[in-house]
Amino acid sequence: MANTACFMIVSKNDIPIYEAEVGAAPRKEDAAHQHQFILHAALDIVQDLAWTTSAILHTRLMLLHDSRNDDGIKSFFQEVHELYIKTLLNPLYLPGSRITSSHFDTKVRALARKYL
Amino acid sequence: MIGVGKMKQYTNVLDRPLSKGKQEVSLSAFAFLFSELVQYNQTQVDNIAELERRLEDAGYAVGARVLELLCHREKGNRRETRLLGILSFVHSTVWKVLFGKVADSLEKGTEHEDEYMISEKELLVNRFISIPKDMGTFNCGAFVAGIVRGVLDNAGFPAVVTAHFVPVEGQQRPRTTILIKFAEEVLRREARLG
Repeated sequence: MANTACFMIVSKNDIPIYEAEVGAAPRKEDAAHQHQFILHAALDIVQDLAWTTSAILHTRLMLLHDSRNDDGIKSFFQEVHELYIKTLLNPLYLPGSRITSSHFDTKVRALARKYL
Repeated sequence: MIGVGKMKQYTNVLDRPLSKGKQEVSLSAFAFLFSELVQYNQTQVDNIAELERRLEDAGYAVGARVLELLCHREKGNRRETRLLGILSFVHSTVWKVLFGKVADSLEKGTEHEDEYMISEKELLVNRFISIPKDMGTFNCGAFVAGIVRGVLDNAGFPAVVTAHFVPVEGQQRPRTTILIKFAEEVLRREARLG
């Protein structure tokens, strides 16, 4: 089940804070760029939706996927959101800057393998 | 060796659970830390306005984090999009988590449409602080004003928040009022949402 996805956390001002390419099969270089392009384009649509529903506002977790696993994706988002809050609680972390912790990276990939 | 006897020692903060945990922090520890914060900033600046601004910035960082944490814990990730909603959220939930009780009152300003006030008889951060005469109108409540500004700003309601002393008859210490003045776009959006 070749199941790849590109996951990105974007802050206010549309700056990516964190990106990861997760999946079962390794992809070629240009596919990775394409994924990111699509994600950026989707940002505008998300922005419009954000104010009409009572969902998350300024920091957005975005996932580009080619599977139909809705429940898994929802749980994945919830778990990553928790991780993000824990990262945010660090008083030395400036909200909106890149997340460089390798531990965070490991955890996200483990979650991705588990839920996607 | 320190820490050898601990049962569950999480090596990394990302592993620790995000649930409520211990609710209380010792008041004296906080008062001590806060007084150190004020003193440290006092040595770094030349005038009162700068000192207030620094306290506010410290509070802003706290406010941003408190908002995310509370939204996650209490409301299951539902965000407030209405003005009154976010104000009552600050007034009850945030105050309860930070100070152990809800704020004394929430009022709408009479002069301007965009002003609201949260008042408190005795603000926790001011309890152990006395202001010398030559500091004039300086108020350590600027820290709390910063927290409120952090919460509002990150919820999408940019505002200017300040703390003021309001003398009250029959009371020794004046009441503290946090004045919230919302930006133009907030009012426009609120009018649009109807």
